[in-house]
Amino acid sequence: MEAYTPYLWDLGRIAFMFAICLGLAGPLTWAERRQSAMIQDRIGPNRAALTLFGREIRAFGLFHPIADVIKLITKEDTINIHADRFLYNVAPFIALFPALMTFAVVPFGPDITVGGEVHRLQVARMDAGILVVFAISSIAVFGVTLAGYASASKFALLGGLRASAQMISYEVTMGLSVLGLVLIFGTLEPSAMVVAQGELIGGWLPRWGVFVQPLSFIIFFTAAIAENKRIPFDMAEGESEIVGYFVEYSGMKFGMFFMAEYIEITVVAGLLTTLFFGGWQVPYLMDGVEFVNAAGTTIVGTGFHFPWGGQLYTGEWVGAGLRVGAFLFKLIFLCWLQLMLRWTLPRFRYDQVMTLGWRRLLPLSLANLVLTAAVVLLI
Amino acid sequence: MSKVLDIHGSKPNEEGVTEVGHEPTTADRLYVPAIAAGLKTTIRHFFKNLIGKEKYTQTIQYPDQKVEYPERFRGMHRLVPREDGTSRCVACYMCQTACPARCIHIVAGESEDPSIEKYPVVFEIDELRCVVCGLCVEACPCDAIRMDTGYHPKPVYSREDADFGKADLLKNFGRHETEGSRRTARPPATAAGTGRVDRSSGDGGAGGATGGY
Repeated sequence: MEAYTPYLWDLGRIAFMFAICLGLAGPLTWAERRQSAMIQDRIGPNRAALTLFGREIRAFGLFHPIADVIKLITKEDTINIHADRFLYNVAPFIALFPALMTFAVVPFGPDITVGGEVHRLQVARMDAGILVVFAISSIAVFGVTLAGYASASKFALLGGLRASAQMISYEVTMGLSVLGLVLIFGTLEPSAMVVAQGELIGGWLPRWGVFVQPLSFIIFFTAAIAENKRIPFDMAEGESEIVGYFVEYSGMKFGMFFMAEYIEITVVAGLLTTLFFGGWQVPYLMDGVEFVNAAGTTIVGTGFHFPWGGQLYTGEWVGAGLRVGAFLFKLIFLCWLQLMLRWTLPRFRYDQVMTLGWRRLLPLSLANLVLTAAVVLLI
Repeated sequence: MSKVLDIHGSKPNEEGVTEVGHEPTTADRLYVPAIAAGLKTTIRHFFKNLIGKEKYTQTIQYPDQKVEYPERFRGMHRLVPREDGTSRCVACYMCQTACPARCIHIVAGESEDPSIEKYPVVFEIDELRCVVCGLCVEACPCDAIRMDTGYHPKPVYSREDADFGKADLLKNFGRHETEGSRRTARPPATAAGTGRVDRSSGDGGAGGATGGY
């Protein structure tokens, strides 16, 4: 049994990651529709019901994702006779896997000590964490492009080409915008970046990425939405014009593209949380701080240390719980914000997307990088 | 210049023409202020509809919720019965004549009661042709036909089913009457057995005292 314990921890971490990614994807499809309804003064889907013991339970339409999945799985799986069957079938998987993989480097909690051993709450801790994110997320473009190419449909091909051009363009900006943070925190490893964000600037402002690199946050957020091909950057999809790279797909294969989009929302939210919103950090909740308890003895541990003088000892376990909770809260908030943006903004034209990417955001992110480098060098 | 046109703070030029819109300013090109303004609106709507007391959403979820129809709502026709249960109609053809849709079909017969000259042998209303104007109710001198049932003609499977006969129309009752109270409900006082409504008794207007058309 002892020999298997590390693997059990690994499995637990992976299970937690999948629970976040897949567990949020379903509710996000529901949230997208309900939230858009709220924004547009409608009611939204609320009629999928479950009858238990003669009582009809509607749960605000939360059964709609389940109904959708049942529908998608039982639908006929059509394949265009001119399509490349192998590539056509493999494309949804290639689109889905990078979305799931990227979350592996996102830390969802602090290191915890159980039985004298330190365990990380992060699936993969690699020195090149941020680079892995970009390496894996650039694979996603293959799924989309292959889907467009293998469908033997002009609209799908057009969608795939648009998607590949757009994703490659914005990847450059995305990488450059994060480099400023890498310079400031001096690491490429996400959990080390989160630990570094636990410090305070001037004794009261958390050293979160969004406070030290606000411009970089806006650029990264924009590029991330463009990477995810959502409105206002839904050129690859273009419901109103070409439907997009998945126009020939039906049933659960279409569902996988759909799922990939919602998992990517979670991943974008996870990356934004980790890089810009202090990951699992709770403001003023610090490790290794001296506390004086009621008996007058001094203990060193985890707890709140407010800048206005108050102190609250929480201990390691409550602290860890609060931090995982804080991570999930930030994650869900940023998912909500992405849905909000999607239902607020009108679509760009394709040339506007390219102009914004290459002629506005790229120079801006380069300037931000140079400026940050100069400031980091001088301080 | 009207205020509606002046959406970007533009002023009319010498010729009195206001140019709507303008070249994008630096703030416009940044997008961020405009996005923030847009988000402000959508977030306001989101939270007001989610937790606000007064919501923007006005949806009535039809099969579960129904609109209370106004008191004078013109619904399905009905024939008002006398105390003995027969129709008050005296087959005068006033409603059939008044009907712009020609959906009323009456065949008159001689009444056995000497105080009532005629009665309708057939009284049919084609609810598919009816334009729900209420002129038949206005025209009726005996207050024999009313549209105060408060509900719509029921959906039917064939065109023939939409022809409602005398028996069907007598079965309907007004929205303020119930199955039990209908038979005992006294009809408005009529003049000398003719079935004609005595207007002086306060049975105001074509609809009668109990509810509109």
